[in-house]
Amino acid sequence: MAGKTIVITSGKGGVGKTTSSANIGTALAMQGNKVCLIDADIGLRNLDVVMGLENRIVYDIVDVVENNCRLEQAMIRDKRYDGLYLLPAAQTRDKTSVTPFQMKELIEKLKEDMDYIVVDSPAGIEQGFKNAIAGADRAIIVTTPEISAVRDADRIIGLLEAEGLRDPEVIINRIRADMVERGDMMGIEDMIEILAIDLIGIVPEDEGIVVSTNRGEPIALNDNAKAGQAYRNIARRIMGEDLPMMKLEKDSFISRFKKLVGLS
Amino acid sequence: MKSDDKKSKSVAKERLQFVLVQDRVKLTPDEMDAMRDELIEVLSKYIDVDSQKIEMDVRREDDMTALVANFPLKGSK
Ligand SMILES: Nc1ncnc2c1ncn2[C@@H]1O[C@H](COP(=O)(O)OP(=O)(O)OP(=O)(O)O)[C@@H](O)[C@H]1O
Ligand SMILES: [Mg+2]
Repeated sequence: MAGKTIVITSGKGGVGKTTSSANIGTALAMQGNKVCLIDADIGLRNLDVVMGLENRIVYDIVDVVENNCRLEQAMIRDKRYDGLYLLPAAQTRDKTSVTPFQMKELIEKLKEDMDYIVVDSPAGIEQGFKNAIAGADRAIIVTTPEISAVRDADRIIGLLEAEGLRDPEVIINRIRADMVERGDMMGIEDMIEILAIDLIGIVPEDEGIVVSTNRGEPIALNDNAKAGQAYRNIARRIMGEDLPMMKLEKDSFISRFKKLVGLS
Repeated sequence: MKSDDKKSKSVAKERLQFVLVQDRVKLTPDEMDAMRDELIEVLSKYIDVDSQKIEMDVRREDDMTALVANFPLKGSK
């Protein structure tokens, strides 16, 4: 098997990389893929708690590169899907504990029996970022609809291209339809036009994400959540399906009513 | 429309385009201004440009990044 490696990155911190990695990985596994999530945020490990797997960690990625354990020993199997694994970051080490070369080697090994490897990148453009993109075939940039986040996304596009990772795609996270409609949030088309890259998905602002993070259950598992649907769609697009973008709508009384009587 | 009545999304879009011009061409705001002034100077030798209405944008296209400048002519619409 020759798996594909996707790095989830951003310039600005806190825009939803870890949330997106957990949900994309989960949604890919829901489609029957064998998936390994890698937490490349060494020193600030978080993907384990978002996945609800924090109490199963014995070894981590630094143990693997330092040969304290075998790769398979450090991979944690997900509770819900047999084909889903997490390779956790080390919490008490720093970013220089792994080199881009070691990362590449590790990913090459994983590719042999995974369909997808999803790498959660730390924020910023330093060593942690270089490690995260080292073995990647494809990059997804997460941004929110704010000037600072989009600006940093633009910077990352340039850096990725310089590293030979061409045609990155973007997820626009935390969109609020009501604010866009009111003229107080940049719209999807504006941002895509400015960044000049392809859109792989939009994820609405959703309180359910906070709830699901509290529980350690990615929202992709929730059939009724809008954000869950958004991530399931992104996974299908990654697999090559051509799905239309989700309609942004305010869940107003009117729109619910229209849905009810079949007007929309 | 007064400028503070303008929707904040349009303000954001304009400001974003402005910072990206600087980021993409890697010029400081001062250098940007100097370039703009020199361009106006050169063009003004030949044509009547309306320096108030100049727009500059840096666009990323398929295989290149291009500086796209718009110099409206005075008195034209
Ligand atoms: N669509 C959304 N709706 C509501 N909350 C969200 C959404 N996306 C992310 N969040 C929240 O935003 C916070 C930051 O998200 P997350 O940790 O995924 O960002 P990050 O980019 O990984 O941050 P860092 O740069 O620190 O690694 C979290 O509390 C998360 O629950
Ligand atoms: Mg994170």
